[in-house]
Amino acid sequence: MSSHFESPIREPLILGNKTWKDVTRDIVKPTTGKLQPKWLFWTSIAATVASFGVFCIAWEVAFGIGTWNVNKTVGWAWDITNFVWWIGIGHAGTLISAILLLFRQKWRTGVNRAAEAMTIFAVICAGLFPVFHMGRVWDAFFIFPYPNTRGPLWVNFNSPLLWDVFAISTYFTVSILFWYTGLVPDFGTVRDQSKTSGRWKFYNFLSFGWIGSAKHWERWESLSLILAGLSTPLVLSVHTIVSFDFATSVIPGWHTTIMPPYFVAGAIFSGFAMVLTLMIVARYVMNLQDYITLAHIESMNKIMLLTGTMVGIAYLTEIFTAWYSSDPYEMYSFANKSQGPYWWAYASMMFCNLVSPQVFWIRKFRRNIALTFCMSIVINIGMWFERFVIIVISLHRDYLPSSFLYYSPTWVEVGTFIGTIGIFMTLFLLFCRFFPAIAIAEVKAILKVSGDKARVRQLEEVKDEKAYENITVTSGAWDH
Amino acid sequence: MSDIKKYLVGMFDDDDVLLHAVSHIRGAGYEITDAFTPFPVHGLEHELGLQPTRLHTAGFFFGATGLTVALSMIFFINKFNYPTDVGGKPFFGLLAYVPICFEHTVLYSAIGMTVSFYYLCNLYPGKTPKIIDERTTDHLFSLTFDLENRDAAYISAVTELLKKEGAIEVYQKEI
Repeated sequence: MSSHFESPIREPLILGNKTWKDVTRDIVKPTTGKLQPKWLFWTSIAATVASFGVFCIAWEVAFGIGTWNVNKTVGWAWDITNFVWWIGIGHAGTLISAILLLFRQKWRTGVNRAAEAMTIFAVICAGLFPVFHMGRVWDAFFIFPYPNTRGPLWVNFNSPLLWDVFAISTYFTVSILFWYTGLVPDFGTVRDQSKTSGRWKFYNFLSFGWIGSAKHWERWESLSLILAGLSTPLVLSVHTIVSFDFATSVIPGWHTTIMPPYFVAGAIFSGFAMVLTLMIVARYVMNLQDYITLAHIESMNKIMLLTGTMVGIAYLTEIFTAWYSSDPYEMYSFANKSQGPYWWAYASMMFCNLVSPQVFWIRKFRRNIALTFCMSIVINIGMWFERFVIIVISLHRDYLPSSFLYYSPTWVEVGTFIGTIGIFMTLFLLFCRFFPAIAIAEVKAILKVSGDKARVRQLEEVKDEKAYENITVTSGAWDH
Repeated sequence: MSDIKKYLVGMFDDDDVLLHAVSHIRGAGYEITDAFTPFPVHGLEHELGLQPTRLHTAGFFFGATGLTVALSMIFFINKFNYPTDVGGKPFFGLLAYVPICFEHTVLYSAIGMTVSFYYLCNLYPGKTPKIIDERTTDHLFSLTFDLENRDAAYISAVTELLKKEGAIEVYQKEI
C-alpha cells in the first residue's frame, strides 16, 4: 500500500532494514549519553583555534586595519576573499533544502539538516570579514538605513555593497527560520525520548511544545514549501549580489557580465564540497551510514561535477572575452593572472576547480569515499584560490606601475581566517552533539517508499511484468 | 485544573491504515478531535475534513508589505529627504533598487509566515504541551476523541470501530 510507485531498481535512500522506531533511536542516540572524550578533544581543539581567531580580530580592532597588509592598491585582499569563500560555502544548505525540495529530490532528506546548519555557521563566519574590515567596527550600524543626525545622511541604495548588506542579512534570517522550523518537530521527538527531566525541559523548550497534531503538520508543510519557494530565488540572489560587488565596478578582471552565474555555480560547487567534507566524517563518527549512503555521496558528486565544469567554462569564457574585447587593460589583466607573479594561484584554481572534478565522470570514483573526501578538500582549496585570483590579482597591478606590488598577508589576516574555520567547526560540533543531525520526520516520511525494505516489496508487486523478470532485489544488496 | 479533558485514544502503526480508518470513522458519523503523527501524512488533513491552510495567502500579503515598505522608503529618501545628484542621473532609478526590494519582499514574507505559523499553532518556547501519547513522535499514530458529554454506548461503539479499522491499542486518558 505504498503512497506512489517507485521503481524497485532505484537505489534505496535508507539502508539497514529500518523501521520508524529504528530511525528515531539511531538519530537521537548521538545526542544522548555522556560527552565522548573524542568529541571533547576535537571540540576543544576547534575552540582553541576559534579563540585564536577572536584574539586576531581583537588585535585588529585594537591596532587598526594597518595590522593587515591591505593598502591603496590592494584594498581588498584576504578579508574579502574569505568573505566570498564562506558565503559560497553557505549556499549548499539552502540549495539542498529548498531547490531540491521543489524538485522533489528525496535524497536531500539525509543531508539537509546538517547542510543547513553548515550554511548558517558559514554565513556567520562570512559576516565577520566585511564587518571587521570597516575598521571602526563600533560604527558598524551605519550600514543600516535609519534616520540620523548627520543630515540625515542615508546609505547609498544604488551601491552593490549595500545590496550585499540586505542580501546577506535576509539570507541569514530566512535560513535560520527555515532550519529551525524544520527542527521543531524533531526536537519534539528528542524530548519524548528523554529519560531525565532536565533533558526533557531543555528539548521541550527548543521544541516550542510540539505535539505533532494533524493541523500543525499541515501548516508546517505549507510553511516549508513556501519558505523553500522563497529561498530558491533568494539563494541565487545572494551570490549574484556578491558578484555585483565586483561586476558593477570598472576594474579590469572584475567588470564582466558573466560574474553572477559564474559566482552562483562556484558557490554551489564549494558548498557541496564542504557538505561532503563534513558529512563523510560525521557519518562515520555518528554511525549514520544507513542514512547518508553512497547514493547520497554519488548524487552530491554529480552536482559537483556539473557546477565545477560550469565554473571551468566560465574561466575559459573569461579568457576568450578578454581577448575578444581587444581592450589592452582587460587583456593585460588576464595575461597577468596566468603569467604574472601570482601564476601559482591561477594554476591552482584551474587545476582544483576545472581539471580535478572531471574524475567524477567515472561512477567508481563517484562512489569512492576516500577519493571524494580528498576531492572535497581540493575543491575547497581551489575555490579559495578562485576568489584570491579574482580579488588580489586583479588589484595588485593597477593603472599606475609605481603602485604595483606583491601582496602577502600578515599573521593577523591568516590568524583571522584560520580562526573562522575554528568558529565554524566549534559550532558544527556543538550542533552534532546537541541537535538531531538528520531530519527525523522527513526521513520517516520517505522510509516506506524509498527504504531498502520498500524496494524488496516493490519488486514483489511488479515482478510479473516482463521488464522486471530478470531482476532480483534482496535486502542488503546495496553497499554502504 | 479545569481544562482537564478525557479522551478516547486509538493507536495505529501504519499511515495507510490510519488514513482508511479516518475516512471510515468519519463516514460512520463520529467526530475525530485530533490526530497525532510522527511525520506529515499526506491526505490526512483532507480525510479529517480540515480546512486547507491559508498560511501561503498570508505569506503573499506579508511579502507585498515588504515590497511596499522598501520601495516607499527608498522613494522618500532618494527623491525627497536626501536627493543626491550623481552625474545628472535620476534621483529615483528603479532598476538599482530591484535587489533591495526583492530581499525585503522575501524577508517580510518569511518572518511574517513563520511568526503566523507559531502563533496559529500556539507554539512558543517554554510551552508545556498536552502529550497524549509519547509514542506519536516516534513510530505510532493516534486518533483522539473528546469524551465530554459522551455516554458508555458511544465509547464502546468507537472502541469497536477503531479495533475493526486496525487500531493496535485503544484506551482512555485524562489530561
